[in-house]
Amino acid sequence: MVKELELSTNEKELIISGLKEGIRLDGRGIDDFRSLKITLGPEYGRSEVKLGDTKVLAKVSCEVARPYPDRPNEGMLTLNTELSPMAFAGLEPGRPSEEEVLVSRILEKAIKINRAVDVEGLCIVANELAWSIHVDVHFLDNDGNIIDAACIAAISALSHFRRPDVTVIGEDVTIHPVDQRNPVPLSIHHTPICVTFAFFENGDLWVVDPSLKEEQIRRGDMIIAINNHKEICVLSKAGGLPLEMLTIIQCSKLAASKVDWVREKIQDAIANAAEVEKRKTLREIIIDD
Amino acid sequence: MKHSKPTERTKVKVVLPGDTVSLDVTTPGITLGPGLIQAGDSISCTKAGFLVRSGSIYWVENDQKRYIPETGEHVVGRISGKGGEFYRVDIGSAHQAILPFLAFENATKKNRPNLNIGDLIYARVALANKDMDPELQCLNPMNNKADGFGKLEGGMVLKCSLRYCQRLLTQETDICKLLGQVLQFEVSIGMNGRVWLSSDTIKHISLVYNVLKQAEALNNSECKALVNKLAV
Repeated sequence: MVKELELSTNEKELIISGLKEGIRLDGRGIDDFRSLKITLGPEYGRSEVKLGDTKVLAKVSCEVARPYPDRPNEGMLTLNTELSPMAFAGLEPGRPSEEEVLVSRILEKAIKINRAVDVEGLCIVANELAWSIHVDVHFLDNDGNIIDAACIAAISALSHFRRPDVTVIGEDVTIHPVDQRNPVPLSIHHTPICVTFAFFENGDLWVVDPSLKEEQIRRGDMIIAINNHKEICVLSKAGGLPLEMLTIIQCSKLAASKVDWVREKIQDAIANAAEVEKRKTLREIIIDD
Repeated sequence: MKHSKPTERTKVKVVLPGDTVSLDVTTPGITLGPGLIQAGDSISCTKAGFLVRSGSIYWVENDQKRYIPETGEHVVGRISGKGGEFYRVDIGSAHQAILPFLAFENATKKNRPNLNIGDLIYARVALANKDMDPELQCLNPMNNKADGFGKLEGGMVLKCSLRYCQRLLTQETDICKLLGQVLQFEVSIGMNGRVWLSSDTIKHISLVYNVLKQAEALNNSECKALVNKLAV
């Protein structure tokens, strides 16, 4: 397998000198995200996110399972990130790469450890039955910043997901098929969104939402996840350049405004998907009549 | 080098790997290009794409990105290593190419070229044998002059499909000409899906980079519209 190509000296120099003038190769400012497109549906819990040329697909599914013995009244949430050679040409198939571990850890920290989804609400009968929710994240194309794209995809897919309704009468548990009773959404406590920063040279130069080329020459990175209550849920700074406190504060302020922008996009996408769904049901009713 | 414009190219049909093409192999002058192989009396395809015909030459065209070196083609490469007698160059093919120190203008055993790892070069494929690493040279074998080959200074590299490079060279997509009327820039088009470009300022380089990147998916009238929008 061919290793992911390193950048040439020419490209490195051009990107760095561009950043010094505040110009990025794709024409955006250093504090701009690339264009973000979120497509939800056609099924519940399917989200396709396009961040520039980075493309991520998240799919949520559910099944009924027995809860863990040490947490008898909680449902399960599993996040599964799959890096394939389709998006990562240099990937060695077989064992998880460092990048894969990093992505899945960050997602786990942001969504699972932060209890973004109400897992207690997923319990059906304590110690007996609970919903197990799976989030599968697939990377279709990589043009940098896969973490933010994956986080947006996972959060939007979870918000869009509906699970079958359940009624419990005494000992009897009935799971209503989707065509008989409207499926119910998951209860989501808060929505953490990741924002990635990349740092260059001695830390004076930085950008938000780095592209693949910028990621290849960055000397350090920082990931901040902020939720809708403007609380910082995750701050990950795994090695690289040491940073000034002022830079971190500046970045977290910028991250907060970016997160608001992303959340608006997600809400628009959800509203859009609901509109499409409504029209579909209307059409079905008309055809039935 | 100017590539002669092929006479009346026609897309015959869409083909898939393994398809047999009903061509008569005994036709005098029939030539099979990339993507077609002859097995006995029948011709079958090895690539998915359009079967294209120009005169009695047939080949398969698609938006492939993996470069397969071919003698005489011009490529943009990145120096990735240095040996005792040669540089290793990454040209996007399955194997790295070698560029001997002596394959430069006026090079002797004593007078070595001075290139470092990471530098970009424009070179010509001197030897492409499927069982050996491809070999490059930075001179024109006709007159032993550099003729524009050699180290590329500054600028940026755009990676695109091989087909787009061919389109740029044959001016089937004449974006370079259109863009040249608006601003000055330099390009070296490699047949290996790499286009090196440069201009006077970083802003212009990024502009040219993005226009060329977008133009890959545009037809000529759309290219014209894009450049017109820039000119205003």
